[in-house]
Amino acid sequence: MLTVSLTGSLRDAANGCESVQIDAQTIRELLRKLVERYPRLQSHLDEGIAVSVNGEIYRDNRDLSFPDGAEVFLLPRIQGG
Amino acid sequence: MSFDQKFTDQEFKVVGSRPPRPDGVDKVTGRARYGADASAPGQLVARILRSPHAHAVIRKIDTSKAEKLKGVKAVLTSKDLPDLTNGNRGNFDILENCMARDRALYDGHAVAAVAAVDEVTARKALKLIKVDYKILPHVTDVDKAMADDAPIVQPHIAQNNKPSNIANISEFGHGDIEAGFAQADVVIEKSYKTEQTHQGYIEPHACLASVGPDGQGELWVTTQGHFTFRTVCATLLGMDIAKLKVTSSEIGGGFGGKTHVWMEPVALALSRKANRPVKLVMNRDEVFKASGPTCSTSIDVKIGATKDGTVTAASATLRYQDGPFPGPWGMLGAMTSWACYDIANVKSVAYDVLVNRPKVAAYRAPSAPMAAFAVESTMDMVAAEIGMDPVDFRIKNAASEGSKASYGPTYGPIGIGPTLEAVKKHPHMRARLGKNQGRGMACGFWFNFGGQTCVDLNIGVDGTVNLIVGTVDVGGARASMSLIAAEELGIPYDRIKCNIGDTASLGHNDTTEGSRGTFSSGMATIYAARDAIEVMKQRAAKAWEIDVADVEWRDGAAHAVGVAHSNLAPLSLQEIAAKSPTTGGPIAGHNESVADGAGVSFASHICDVEVDPETGATKVLRYTVIQDAGKAIHPDYVEGQFQGGAAQGIGWALNEEYVYGEDGCLKNPGFLDYRIPVCSDLPFIDTEILEIPNPNHPYGIRGVGETSIVPPLAAIGNAVSNAAGVRLNHVPMSPPRILKAIKEQAQG
Repeated sequence: MLTVSLTGSLRDAANGCESVQIDAQTIRELLRKLVERYPRLQSHLDEGIAVSVNGEIYRDNRDLSFPDGAEVFLLPRIQGG
Repeated sequence: MSFDQKFTDQEFKVVGSRPPRPDGVDKVTGRARYGADASAPGQLVARILRSPHAHAVIRKIDTSKAEKLKGVKAVLTSKDLPDLTNGNRGNFDILENCMARDRALYDGHAVAAVAAVDEVTARKALKLIKVDYKILPHVTDVDKAMADDAPIVQPHIAQNNKPSNIANISEFGHGDIEAGFAQADVVIEKSYKTEQTHQGYIEPHACLASVGPDGQGELWVTTQGHFTFRTVCATLLGMDIAKLKVTSSEIGGGFGGKTHVWMEPVALALSRKANRPVKLVMNRDEVFKASGPTCSTSIDVKIGATKDGTVTAASATLRYQDGPFPGPWGMLGAMTSWACYDIANVKSVAYDVLVNRPKVAAYRAPSAPMAAFAVESTMDMVAAEIGMDPVDFRIKNAASEGSKASYGPTYGPIGIGPTLEAVKKHPHMRARLGKNQGRGMACGFWFNFGGQTCVDLNIGVDGTVNLIVGTVDVGGARASMSLIAAEELGIPYDRIKCNIGDTASLGHNDTTEGSRGTFSSGMATIYAARDAIEVMKQRAAKAWEIDVADVEWRDGAAHAVGVAHSNLAPLSLQEIAAKSPTTGGPIAGHNESVADGAGVSFASHICDVEVDPETGATKVLRYTVIQDAGKAIHPDYVEGQFQGGAAQGIGWALNEEYVYGEDGCLKNPGFLDYRIPVCSDLPFIDTEILEIPNPNHPYGIRGVGETSIVPPLAAIGNAVSNAAGVRLNHVPMSPPRILKAIKEQAQG
């Protein structure tokens, strides 16, 4: 079971939850289950999202398998210059 | 084929050297072709009519006289750009920014466009277009825009079910802020403002668009992201993505400002309407008024620390103005504000605020410099209050591997500590200062990221190599990519020719932003070269009639391994390539991947200035950039990125500023009145590259392009404050502001 921390505007879309428990093996599975639980997250996923796994930020790689005990944060998608 | 992207700590033969850039001769001889350098038979010239009002209802646009003018081939208004965005608000905002619909949202907002046989005719036609405006109240200041009685910029934006200019509120942090401040011996609060600045790229936005009646089109454009431009333009115009070919020209500076579509859909739509190629080039006035500058901001910072120099709590409230369309800018300010430090109790709250100014775009580590200005200025004030050296104070509180970042995650190996230690040891810190001179330093952070990337590598029969990448060369990337390919293949650098592929030649590549070019295309180049090496090993095995498992690649040649093959001389890349027509045809390598794990970046800067107390003028005497680059592939261009960021930061800190009048119109849309630094304003900018490998890249590469603009506002602010003897809290620290601060200090 993963503990997923939510930050920024994503927290609002998850009914204000700071963190949620989700059983997921990959980023793809995590995002699917999060949207099933919190449908308002879908618009954030459509706009783009980032997932931090043990401090590394993944923007597009949905196939990543979570290491045991992974620290997972859901972050808004970051833009750069 | 998948490859392991973990850092391998290999020894390099070519990477890390400093050969001349392959595009250098073209650029210094004028042969290089930029956005405005393309032309086509039968080409028309386009011009755009722009709103002279900050905020107005567009009651009616009468284009009839313009349409009748001889030589005019097409006139365009929003009616020619129907909403095809299918409810996607982000795309609709882009469409509305390209051409105003029912309201003009800022001074310079496009309201109509003309394509004519020449520039003179196009300008005449613009004068014949009559727009009936109803002027509305406007707001251009971020703090005023948050007031309850402020004019509403976008009625569909609401807070608590009431129309509001606050588009988004973002909060980050951890711990117990109040408990943290209660533990502090010293608490300092300070408010700051930074004015709006433009990236100041020398090349204006320019494109040549051509769309035929068969629905096929081409776009030649100066951009940081031609694949993204293709997707956005095709979506807005109802075109098939595959039928629009976008080619990126050489780019005369972008810095984030060319990551966004501004006028290209208008050029394509005019071309489609006129059935002729259309060239559209912004003048400087338009670049300032109608392409995206960065935010102006208003920031409050509070830091509490114990006498031993431990920060016990820190908070920031950040208000960023986004122009008339919501963006992520305040959020990024909140995420980056405290990222350099390991603080037990920390909180950032950011407001993205809409105003009647141009749509904001990214500017090199977007939003981080303003937050760093506020945080790093206050850090200096706290250090002074507790009587601690400002570098030691930062070292004591610096984040390190295992620290919980203020935006959430736990850091891996990072470079803030090493950059600060390097500051401490740098000779710059021991140089003597004279009268009216001051020294400042500051730190900065940026995320960096990778993204979707696609690379092709084709080996010719003479053994030379065409490398095709899809990220734009914004700062020497073709040289860096060539070095990487040469390293992998084991051949000389000058045997590689690196090209930027158009959108018809490669799979999608994300925009060249987030300091991703060398990180992600470098990784894809490694994989593509290794892919080609596998093909060459097979060709050698075929020529030798042995199993490919008995072939290995080293030093630019295939070697048969094992005692049984000791009589076989190595086959070089050139020999294998020469025989390729009869051993299976062309030899190529390819990679498409999502490059993630870019690794965060930190920098520390040192600055010496002299402030003239009579005029308030500031001269930067000496400047040093110390930054973690991961592995520096081509150190010249890493240093160039360091120096470029510092130079832009110096302009931002001391001079550059959008000045709006009471009428909500921009008063200084030109380089005479908006002063970017020139050579005589800058000292030699010294650099020190730290190479702390990124564990998620085979070569250890981190992005380097953006972080260097994060510390300058604060480093210069601290230096100016030390020189003038008064804390400066408003950027730019122009002579009038410095004189005012000195005067107020004198008056107590």
